[in-house]
Amino acid sequence: MNLRTSITVIGIAGLLAFLTWGLIEAGDAGIDTGDPVPVQTLPTLPPGGEASLADFKGDWVLLNVWASWCIPCRDESPALEQFESANRGELTVLGVDTRDLSEDAMKFLEQYGINYPQIRDASGGYADDLKTTGVPESFLIDPDGNLTAHYPGPFADVAAIERFAAPAFDQGVAPTGQSQE
Amino acid sequence: MKLLLTLLLVLVVALPGFAMAATQETTLPEIEDEVMCPICGTLLGLSRAPAAERQRVFIRAMIRDGAETEEIKDALVVEYGPQVLALPDDEGINLWAYVVPILVFALAAAGVLWAVIQWRRNQRGDPPGGSASPGPATADSQRLDQDMARFDL
Repeated sequence: MNLRTSITVIGIAGLLAFLTWGLIEAGDAGIDTGDPVPVQTLPTLPPGGEASLADFKGDWVLLNVWASWCIPCRDESPALEQFESANRGELTVLGVDTRDLSEDAMKFLEQYGINYPQIRDASGGYADDLKTTGVPESFLIDPDGNLTAHYPGPFADVAAIERFAAPAFDQGVAPTGQSQE
Repeated sequence: MKLLLTLLLVLVVALPGFAMAATQETTLPEIEDEVMCPICGTLLGLSRAPAAERQRVFIRAMIRDGAETEEIKDALVVEYGPQVLALPDDEGINLWAYVVPILVFALAAAGVLWAVIQWRRNQRGDPPGGSASPGPATADSQRLDQDMARFDL
């Protein structure tokens, strides 16, 4: 094999390796159950501070990624607020407002009377780290910060949220919310 | 005098254009070509997603308030982060986005120039080292003169 053939073969092998790596990266479907959930410190909503998932270590967290322009997010918001009110102090609901205008997001929180903590992911970088495929998406995170369950799409009602959050209640947290079923 | 008249004419023709450019208002399509839709990965002008529509409402409100293009783009960066800009800013590592194409163009132009020079040199039959060819050796020169003398009519 002469030098020119060797260079060609090495070039083609390199290109194939690069394409394979790209396909593997693109096919990375999401965070596996039991794996640590990414943490990013982001501005709070309303503005004025910073917070991250790490601030809630030691608690069960239902992390809900949403945006004010997302119609399914509006649909699930009343149920999410009702669930949070009923289980406050036992499980934390943390909202992540992504790729949204801050004024629109504030109006959304007021309109639906949402009081649980919120962080603002302006660029969508955190949603990308969480490997979301859209909004809304929810993640149930154990007290060690590992993923317990993932729910892509909107919750239909409080009962759906309770079923999703059941692992938290099975492990010592008693649900106090009333199902809408 | 002729030069002065020419300058005056140029000023008369160009001034209204400068004045218009100075007073021209920012437009939505202009901004739409310079910023990205936050969820689609395309220019805002190409998107009809709900998030893009909200972004348009935001831009229109700023235009109505008399904001200029750069002010609107700065406000969009505050809202969505720097990724909202279709073109990166010209600072730090982002500067390479502008420098690399210029370098590539300059290298390509130099390559073409070199190829043209080589081609023209080959056309003339010049040796690659330079155009000046050494003359014949003294003995050869004398023999050439003798040969020429033999054929001299």
